[in-house]
Amino acid sequence: MIAAPFFRWDWVFDHLGLIWEKVSEHLVLTGIALGVGFVISMALALIGLRFPRTYPPITWLTGVLYTIPSLALFAFLVPITGFTVLSAEIGLVSYTLLILIRNIVAGIQGVDPAVREAALGMGYGSRRLFLEIELPLALPVILAGVRIAAVTTIGLVTITALIGQGGVGFFILQGLNRFFNTEIVLGTALSVILAVAVDLVLVLVERLLTPWTAKRTAAS
Amino acid sequence: MIRLENVTKVFPGGSGPAVHQLSLDVAEGEIVVLVGPSGCGKTTTLKMINRLVEPTSGRITVAGEDIMAIPAHELRRRVGYVIQQIGLFPHRTIAENIATVPRLLGWERTRIDDRVGELIRLVDLEPGMRNRYPRELSGGQRQRAGVARALAADPPVMLMDEPFGAVDPIVRGRLQDELLDLQRRVHKTIVFVTHDIDEAIKLGDRVAILNIGGIVEQYAPPAVILRDPANAFVKAFLGSHRGIKRLSLIPVGEVPLEDGPMVDRSATARDARACMDRYGVDWFGILDGKELVGWAWASDLDGDSLAHIDPKPFEARVSLDASLREALDTIITSRTRVAPVFDGGRFVGTITAEGISRELAK
Amino acid sequence: MDGQANRGLLMEFLGDLLQWFGENWSGETGWLARTGEHLRVSGAALIAAMAVALPLAGWLGHTGRGGLLAVSVINIGRALPSFGIIALALPFTIWLARSTPLIDSGLGFAPTFIALFLLALPPIFTNTYAGIRGVDADVVEAARGMGITERRLVLDVEMPIASPVILTGIRVTAVQVVATATLGALVGYGGYGRFIVDGLAIQDRLQLVAGAILVAVLSILTEIGFSALERFVVPAGISRRRRADVVPPVAV
Repeated sequence: MIAAPFFRWDWVFDHLGLIWEKVSEHLVLTGIALGVGFVISMALALIGLRFPRTYPPITWLTGVLYTIPSLALFAFLVPITGFTVLSAEIGLVSYTLLILIRNIVAGIQGVDPAVREAALGMGYGSRRLFLEIELPLALPVILAGVRIAAVTTIGLVTITALIGQGGVGFFILQGLNRFFNTEIVLGTALSVILAVAVDLVLVLVERLLTPWTAKRTAAS
Repeated sequence: MIRLENVTKVFPGGSGPAVHQLSLDVAEGEIVVLVGPSGCGKTTTLKMINRLVEPTSGRITVAGEDIMAIPAHELRRRVGYVIQQIGLFPHRTIAENIATVPRLLGWERTRIDDRVGELIRLVDLEPGMRNRYPRELSGGQRQRAGVARALAADPPVMLMDEPFGAVDPIVRGRLQDELLDLQRRVHKTIVFVTHDIDEAIKLGDRVAILNIGGIVEQYAPPAVILRDPANAFVKAFLGSHRGIKRLSLIPVGEVPLEDGPMVDRSATARDARACMDRYGVDWFGILDGKELVGWAWASDLDGDSLAHIDPKPFEARVSLDASLREALDTIITSRTRVAPVFDGGRFVGTITAEGISRELAK
Repeated sequence: MDGQANRGLLMEFLGDLLQWFGENWSGETGWLARTGEHLRVSGAALIAAMAVALPLAGWLGHTGRGGLLAVSVINIGRALPSFGIIALALPFTIWLARSTPLIDSGLGFAPTFIALFLLALPPIFTNTYAGIRGVDADVVEAARGMGITERRLVLDVEMPIASPVILTGIRVTAVQVVATATLGALVGYGGYGRFIVDGLAIQDRLQLVAGAILVAVLSILTEIGFSALERFVVPAGISRRRRADVVPPVAV
């Protein structure tokens, strides 16, 4: 093992198909977690905004979920849902909730009250007010939450390797079991690259969706 | 056009009614200013007219219709609303902002486009501003965009809540002038809230002075309020410069003008001296026919005729529709202590501090 | 579905769990010893990370230098998969044990400690940095105007004012460290992770769930304990509201 090179590119080139497969799996696991997490978070955030009394228990509950270590959560789930994608997703989704709910609520609450008053004063109903004014204006804060959730989830997906999923975490686990550094480095590096790439994509999405925040020549 | 009858608003948890049994009539096409100290319920009163605040009791009608009989969002689309913070939508361009109410009303796109263009011209924004976002505009431009947005669907009634409160005094003065100018063209019924008595006097056809709890202490044209304050509260609220404030309400044209120490170019030095003696001054104006060509000091006289005199131009001049306040300002800063008055380019007479003072004493 | 039977199974399982806790508390592989191991590596990593990150971030925050570094650290910190870091620590410590006399074994404590230490640095660093940067500039100027030394300015003025934010950083880091220590079992360490990793490997549901309960309870206790500490340590004049709403790095 001492004589073996630390990182073997030839192994990587021999396994490009497998790497691609695991990267796709990683992205799918992340995408499902974010999508489902966002829908649930939006619903809970709306409830929290509409009925402010429910907000503290919502954040408390999602906060507890967030505090439970993922490995422990997966361990709870395996006896019930087995070594399945469902186990992985339940865990991954539950970690997105706190971040997303907090940012959605903060984003909506951060909308300038004058804008809200002006909109009401011009005859906006509450649904249009939310969809056309509050939601777009909260978008930068919401997307900041999505970015954090995305990067965090991509890291967490690697752990699901322990329950038979894992995306690129598969390489890390296999590398550990075989004492094969190349796979550990590859899995870790791919996870970081995916996180950075997805983050960049989301920054671009934010720019496209919120043109009004761009810095153009501002008068005065 | 707008009528409030015994309107009362009690906020839950408030110590007393914010507005108590308030009645007020606003005629079509006039600007009514609600003014008073903070806590007098002026903003609450305003917001009850478009139902952003629901009255606890009493009746409010707009154009004869009880506002409680109209769904709130429909009422609000018919009533323009401008607030101090403007509340432009930061994620929409100026054109989109202005188009807000027409869009809510479901106008066709071409009609909206035309209307937006018209309004941008009306409030004197550059056409290039159309596709800018609000943050790219200056405070004054934003305020104009806010007014344009409120006017978009041509509502007969406009509610304005301290719209110029957040801009600096110079811009504020200009925006006030623009509003008056705009009003001459669009003839809206405007209810305007401010805490600034000078703004109220300048803008209001009628001014309602409100006391804590929404009690109307006086409701009259500003000139009347200044001349005959109804009670001690109004007097105190008007402050110590009532006379000066009145000046800004009276145009020069309402004061009898004097000829002043004017002599024709063809007159002799002796005529000029006699004229100066009559007015007790040491200068005289020189006319050429009906035209005022300038003035000269007594000490400039040399010999018998005025022919050799090079008249100094009147730097201070006021127009017939200027206020007495402007005239007085001109008088006290001029060396001749007199302001020549012009109607357009035509010299019509002079006005002096004594003349103004006589007018106020009437 | 037969709810009655399900409930019966559940009760039976809970009974088995209780029995497990009763039978497996003592000895080198009992949960009491595992608790000690878990706390030992977590505490050591947290203290080591604080010893490095607090002075560094305090000084950089005070001088205003390293803003870009601070931003990069939090972003990189978030993107690093803890599983990967702990796995990468293993070949490193094996090499360290083999070629230097620094450590005896490259397995167990060493890789776990190094990984936890590395993962604990970013959140402590960024919160401390942000906390110090967030101190009102007028307060700093007033202190300077009274002739305070720079060192005392950091220690007596900036640190106490920033303490809510700094302590929030330490709290979320502590929870994260306790959670991630579970992964130490993958590189030969003990701690609660042993139960989970072994439970997964030999399909022992009882051990698996027992381990999960232990980790979850310890994480929540850590959270509660550090919250209490914050209340205790933050000077009375400083509102706890000031705690920056920093989204904690996720527990693993």
